[in-house]
Amino acid sequence: RYYEYMFGQSWRRQRGRRPLGPRAEPELSQLQVVIEARDPGCHSYPHLASSEAYHLTVTEPVAILKADEVWGALRGLETFSQLVHEDDYGSFLVNESEIDDFPRFAHRGILLDTSRHYLPLKSILTNLDAMAFNKFNVLHWHIVDDQSFPYQSIYFPELSDKGAYSYNHIYTPTDVRLVIEYARLRGIRVIPEFDTPGHTQSWGKGQKDLLTPCYSGEYPTGSFGPVNPILNTTYDFMTKFYKEISSVFPDAYIHLGGDEVNFDCWKSNPEVKEFMKKQGFGIDYAKLESYYIEKILDIVSSYNKGYVVWQEVFDNKAQLKPDTVVQVWMGNNYAHELSRVTGAGFTAILAAPWYLDYISYGQDWKKYYSVEPLNFPGSEKQKKLLIGGEACLWGEFVDATNLTPRLWPRASAVGERLWSSSNVTNLQDAYERLTNHRCRML
Amino acid sequence: AENEPPWGTPCTQLLVFVATPGCDGFPNLDSKENYKLSVSEGSLLLSADAVWGALRGLETFSQLVGRDENGTFYINETEIVDFPRFPHRGLLLDTSRHYLPLRAILETLDVMAYNKFNVFHWHIVDDPSFPYESLTFPELSKQGAFNAMTHVYTASDVQTVIEYARLRGIRVIAEFDTPGHTLSWGPGAPGLLTPCYSGKDPSGTYGPINPILNSTYQFVTSLFQEVSAVFPDFFLHLGGDEVDFTCWKSNPKIRAFMKEMGFGEDYKKLESFYIQRLLDIISSLGKGYIVWQEVFDNGVKVRPDTIIHVWKENSTPYMEEMANVTKAGYRALLSAPWYLNRISYGQDWMVAYQVEPLKFEGVAEQKDRVIGGEACMWGEYVDVTNLAPRLW
Repeated sequence: RYYEYMFGQSWRRQRGRRPLGPRAEPELSQLQVVIEARDPGCHSYPHLASSEAYHLTVTEPVAILKADEVWGALRGLETFSQLVHEDDYGSFLVNESEIDDFPRFAHRGILLDTSRHYLPLKSILTNLDAMAFNKFNVLHWHIVDDQSFPYQSIYFPELSDKGAYSYNHIYTPTDVRLVIEYARLRGIRVIPEFDTPGHTQSWGKGQKDLLTPCYSGEYPTGSFGPVNPILNTTYDFMTKFYKEISSVFPDAYIHLGGDEVNFDCWKSNPEVKEFMKKQGFGIDYAKLESYYIEKILDIVSSYNKGYVVWQEVFDNKAQLKPDTVVQVWMGNNYAHELSRVTGAGFTAILAAPWYLDYISYGQDWKKYYSVEPLNFPGSEKQKKLLIGGEACLWGEFVDATNLTPRLWPRASAVGERLWSSSNVTNLQDAYERLTNHRCRML
Repeated sequence: AENEPPWGTPCTQLLVFVATPGCDGFPNLDSKENYKLSVSEGSLLLSADAVWGALRGLETFSQLVGRDENGTFYINETEIVDFPRFPHRGLLLDTSRHYLPLRAILETLDVMAYNKFNVFHWHIVDDPSFPYESLTFPELSKQGAFNAMTHVYTASDVQTVIEYARLRGIRVIAEFDTPGHTLSWGPGAPGLLTPCYSGKDPSGTYGPINPILNSTYQFVTSLFQEVSAVFPDFFLHLGGDEVDFTCWKSNPKIRAFMKEMGFGEDYKKLESFYIQRLLDIISSLGKGYIVWQEVFDNGVKVRPDTIIHVWKENSTPYMEEMANVTKAGYRALLSAPWYLNRISYGQDWMVAYQVEPLKFEGVAEQKDRVIGGEACMWGEYVDVTNLAPRLW
C-alpha cells in the first residue's frame, strides 16, 4: 500500500517502463527493510511493550530501514513515504537523510463511539488508515453504550438482536475480525470497551434482569438504571460474556468503562437498599459501585486480561489490581488527577484535553497541540506511569457523513504530541507541516 | 395482513398545472413561488402561478412520499396551500478563501433546492484568490487564482452553475467585493490597488482599490460590463465591507487628494466617493445592487432601491441595524445570526432556527422592507472535504 501512497496512479513510474540509459542525478532504486529481532512479529499482535523504534538511512543507491520489530518497520515506512515528494516535472525525489526515531509515549490512541451512531465498517477502516498516517497505535473501540448495542455476541445474540438500531446496524464476528486484522497490519491494537455498570440501557433490551429496575415509592416505574450489582445472575452473565470478549479480542487489555454511574435508580430500588444494609455500605453508593467493579475486575483477570477503566473507578476507591490502567477524562484540573492516579502507583492514559467531539470555530488544533501531558506535579517515577493518551471522538453528533473531516486533521496534533519529543512545540513550524500533511492524507 | 388499512387505488400521475409558466426565463425577486397541492384518492394535483412555484410544490410532493416495510410507496391524503414568507432566501458560498470544485457548488444547489432556498450568493473572489476567469481581463485569474489551470471557474463553468441553479428556481447573485477584500486582484491588474507607504517610500504591500485614479474607474466599468452580461440576475452584490483605511492614510497622493476634496481626515468620505461612483457605474449598466451594511453605516448616498445586507452581530446589535436600515427606507437582508461557518458543539441549529427576522421596533412598512436573509458559509476553514457536513 505504501507504493500506492508514494507514487499514486502514476503508471509511468512502474518498474520497467522507465526509459533506459544513464541518468545524471543520483538515483534511489531500492528501500531495504531489515528487521533485527529473531521473531519480527509479523504473525503476532502489537502490544503495549512492542518496539516501534526505527532507523532510516536514505542514501544513493539503496536506502535502509532498520527496526527491531515489524512495528518499527511500519512506522519507518510511513516516515519514508512522507519524505518522498514530487517535483514540478513529475520526478519523485527524496532527500538524503539519516533518521533515528521512536515514540515518546507507547499508548497513542483514538476513541471511536459506535453506539451513539453506528459507523459502517468502511468508516472504521478509513479511520485506521488515517491513524497509521499519524502513527497512532491504539483503536479504543467504544462499541456499545446506552443508545445501541451493535456488537453481535455469539453467546448472547439477543443483545444485538434487541439492542442494535436495526439488523443493518450490527458488527458481526466477521466484521470484528476484519477490523482487528486491518488494524494489526497497521500496527494498531484494538482495545474494545464494554462500559458497565452505567451506560448500559441498550444491554437491557436483550438481556432480561440485567439492569436495575427503578422504583417510585413501592412500585417499579418501568424504567431501568445501571447493571444490577446485587444479583448472582448478573455475574453469571458477565462471566460468560467476558469469556467471549476475551477470546474475540486478542489484545492483552479490555476497557471496562465504569464512568458516570448514576445512583438514583439504585437508591430507589428496595432490594438494592436492603443489600446495602446487609453489606454495611450505609448510604455510600460508591461502595456498591466498587463492589460491582471489583467483581468484574476479578472475572476479567481470570481470563488473563489486563484492564483499563475510566477515572471514576479510581476516584470512588475501588480496589484495583496494581497493573490497572486508569483513563483520565474529566476536564477540570486533570493534571491534579494525573498526580493522584500515578501517585497511587497506577498507570494512566490522558484523554481529558483531547475530546475532539467538542468542535469550535477556528484553528483549535493549536490547543490540542499545546498540551504537555507530563505537566503535572509528580516524581520521575510517577511521570513514567503516564503511558500515553487518546483523542476521543464521541458519537452524539458524529456519523459516517462527518466523521473524517471532524476527526482529521485535528487528531494529527494529538498524534504528534504523543509521538514526538517534548521539545517539538513550535506552532508555526507545526502549522506548515500540518498543512502539507493534511493534503497528503487527502 | 388482515388488520392493515386498505390501500387506495394506486396513483400513477401527478398533474402539474402552471398558469404562466416562464420556463425559459430566470427567477427573480418578484417571482411567484406559491403552489397548491391536492392529494386525494385517484387524483394528484399540483398547481402554481409560475413554474417556480411548481418546483417548490414538486419538492414538497417528493417529501410527502413515504415507503413502508414492504417497499410500497404511499402518500397521505393532503391539501396544501403554500407560499414563502420571505422572497429572498439565500446561501452564501465563498470560493476565494478555498476553491470549491464545480461539483461541490452543484451539489450545494441540489441541497438548496431540497430546502427551498432560492438565491445562491456567490462570493466568488476575495483577498486570498481570484478564481473567476474574466474574458476582458484574463490576467486577473492567471495571476490571482491559487492555480490558474486547476483552481478557476471558466466562462463555461459559470454558465453551468447559472443554468443548474435556474432549473432549480435559484437565482445566482455574484459578489465582486470592493474596494476592500481585493488583494488577489492586484497581481493581474497592476496599478489597481493602492500602494501602501512606509514613511516616504512604498512599502511593497498593497491596500484597497485606489479610489483616486481614473484608470480605476475605467477598469471597474469594463469588468462590471462583463460581469453584468455574464450574470443574468438583476442584482449584483458589490461588497463594500471592512475597508481598512491604514494603507490609504499612508499614501501621500491619497492624502493630497483628501485635502483637495476637502474630506479632512474622514476616510469614510473617500470610501463613499469610491462607492458612489461604483454604484453609478452599476446603475448605468442596468443592474440593481446589494451592499454590505458598512455602505449604509458610513452614510454613502445610495439609490432608494438598494438592498442593505446586515451581517455584523455586535457593533450595533443586528436587530437595531435592521430597524435603522428599514427606517431609512432601504430593503434589508439578514445574515448576522446565520454565519454557519462559526461552528460550535451540539445542536446549534436551534439558535439559528429561533431567530425572528422581524423582531425589531418598527412600523409595518419597515417590516415589509425585510426581503429575507442568507446563511453564510465563509471559506476560511472550509473546502470540498468538509463543506457538506458543515453546512447541512
